[in-house]
Amino acid sequence: MTPALHLWLIPLLPFAGFVLNGTVGRKLPKAAVTAIALLAPLGSLAVVVAAALSSATLPYTETCPFDWITVGTLHIPFSFVLDHLSLVMLLVVTGVGFLIHIYSAGYMHEDEGYWRYFAYLNLFLFFMTVLVLAGNALLMFVGWEGVGLASYLLIGFWFQKKSAADAGKKAFIVNRIGDFGFLIGMFMLLANFGTLTFSDLAAQIATNPMLQGGLLTAICLCLFVGATGKSAQLPLYVWLPDAMEGPTPVSALIHAATMVTAGVYMVARTHFLFDRSPYALGVVAIVGGATALFAATIALVQTDIKRVLAYSTVSQLGYMFLGCGVAAYSAAIFHLMTHAFFKALLFLAAGSVIHALSGEQDLRKMGGLRKKLPITFWTMTAAVFAIAGFFPLAGFFSKDAILYEAFQQGGLGRLLWFVGVVTALLTSFYMFRLWYLTFFGHSRDPQAHPHESPLAMTAPLAVLAVLSVCGGWIGMGRFGEFLAPVLGATIDPAAAAGGKSLDMGLSFLAVAVAALGWFLADRIYRQKPGSANALAEAAPLGYKVLLNKYYVDEIYTLLLVKPLLAISRFFLEWVVDFAILGGAAWVLGGTAQLGGAILQRWQSGNLRSYAAWLALGAAVLLVFFFGSTLLGVANTYLMWVRH
Amino acid sequence: MSMLQQPVPVSWFLLLSAALFVLGIAGFLLKRNLITMFMSIELMLNGVNLSFVAFAHEWHQVKGQIFVFFVMVVAAAEAAVGLAIIIAVFRARATLAVDRIDLMKL
Repeated sequence: MTPALHLWLIPLLPFAGFVLNGTVGRKLPKAAVTAIALLAPLGSLAVVVAAALSSATLPYTETCPFDWITVGTLHIPFSFVLDHLSLVMLLVVTGVGFLIHIYSAGYMHEDEGYWRYFAYLNLFLFFMTVLVLAGNALLMFVGWEGVGLASYLLIGFWFQKKSAADAGKKAFIVNRIGDFGFLIGMFMLLANFGTLTFSDLAAQIATNPMLQGGLLTAICLCLFVGATGKSAQLPLYVWLPDAMEGPTPVSALIHAATMVTAGVYMVARTHFLFDRSPYALGVVAIVGGATALFAATIALVQTDIKRVLAYSTVSQLGYMFLGCGVAAYSAAIFHLMTHAFFKALLFLAAGSVIHALSGEQDLRKMGGLRKKLPITFWTMTAAVFAIAGFFPLAGFFSKDAILYEAFQQGGLGRLLWFVGVVTALLTSFYMFRLWYLTFFGHSRDPQAHPHESPLAMTAPLAVLAVLSVCGGWIGMGRFGEFLAPVLGATIDPAAAAGGKSLDMGLSFLAVAVAALGWFLADRIYRQKPGSANALAEAAPLGYKVLLNKYYVDEIYTLLLVKPLLAISRFFLEWVVDFAILGGAAWVLGGTAQLGGAILQRWQSGNLRSYAAWLALGAAVLLVFFFGSTLLGVANTYLMWVRH
Repeated sequence: MSMLQQPVPVSWFLLLSAALFVLGIAGFLLKRNLITMFMSIELMLNGVNLSFVAFAHEWHQVKGQIFVFFVMVVAAAEAAVGLAIIIAVFRARATLAVDRIDLMKL
């Protein structure tokens, strides 16, 4: 008998926080808002930790006593499933989420919409935990849409700023495209398997060894379209860089650590489908690899500190999909976890820098902050070394695991491995570029009076720095073993035994590549500060293309947005407004007018004419009902007179 | 038996009743003075009353006579209310010509 874990508390506590702060938060004192907002994720974290430490056998399912949807033979219950995969994910979501809530209390302290901010943030945690715990695809979709909503609300948090409001809408609309794919995928699952419960689907797949490719490929590709939307992969990544309009802690929580990894989580959750479709896996791997490289090149030249990190996130998510694509799901989840640590840290440290510079985000106006912001500097240093992949920091282990798995696969995997290594070089370069431009040299903005952030902000930085350093020490082997009950053993023992020296060689190469990136950044941005401009002038075309992000936004605008807008406008102005609404108004108005013109003649206001109508009506009724009787009476009378 | 000794047949009463009723209608429709119209209504009512009484007498039924009392009571009540309204209207408009009283609003 396993003890009750009370999984339902995990989403419900943040939801209660959302309801409280969302309804009465405006009137509560700041301290009360903070207390509600922080206690909710803390409670969730406590429940998750208690579940992790309990003796419950995984997977542990908690089902609501009544079904959510019952239509014919279709039953969709409200069920939460805690297995090894969702446990890892929950620890990341609630743990990092809680730290970022603390940080937000410092970062957003001066903001008028303090209560609104925390209401949204709690709402996000509610939906994210629903997404992670969901035992079936439809419930997952609820969380999936919900985090999209929370993301929209938080990107557009400063909605008075047009760019922020636009960015929110863009994120929502681009995500809709992906969600469409997810929905189609679910419909196909329903049509072919009659269930959306993950465990039932896995069982059906397992008992049908002949089920390969074809249908499954179609389903997987549809689901993957959903993942590319949520996890900002080619070609739907365009919303994520713009999402940086939101407050920085939001970028850290939603657009770096948790929500954007939902796509990876979804692929891992449905891995039993992907495993049967080598073609779909290939697509996942190629899209992941291409995105990793593509986004990394853009990150090289961006000047907004948050945008560099945003493209870096897109690139790292590409790594995770690359891992999924070579069927190394546990390596992808491992990277997801370490990435959540160091990327959240990077964003929060960047937020601390921005906070210190009173809102300045331009790297070109920073510099020389190392002495002024020591805690921010040291914590961010840990994150930079972690993401660059230096031994023995977290990023090294997870990135290495993915690259190793890709290399092991051979063929296409070798190519992807090469792409991954190049991306690692670029990653290292742009991260150290950011590091040097922010913290080294002299301040390039004479007006700046930077000050270190309050404890509420530096404490989460310190915790995340420790995690970024130590997060990888579990080691891929143990982590993979832990997830094996859900994701299956990814490393076959024979390869592991023979691959030890290969593993070492690849690891050494990865560190060497990271060091090369550091060296180059050091040369260009520290030793010869002017050489970056010289490089840009030497290759003006390439620089411009990268600076303008390959003109993807412009191409989308020209090819998709403008035609769509024109068609929508046509439908709105001519079909809906003119033909339907205008026509209906014209017909209704005309009928009323015509009818009125006829009927108004009765309403003359002349009392005697009314009386005349009354008498006429009475006469007509009389004739109508008693006509024959009257005739008979008249006849009798006439006969009597004649007589 | 001479004609004068015979009872008056019911049809004669009915004819008189119809004549009174039609006179009432005509008066109501054609006259403009409110009081005259009011009297026309009374005429119609009494035309109907006459037919009630005639039938009651013909068939030896008391119901018709009771109905006549009802009608007379209602007519009396109506006359009271109607005359009050007419006086009010006259005070407000200084006229009793219905063609001039065609606005609800003052």
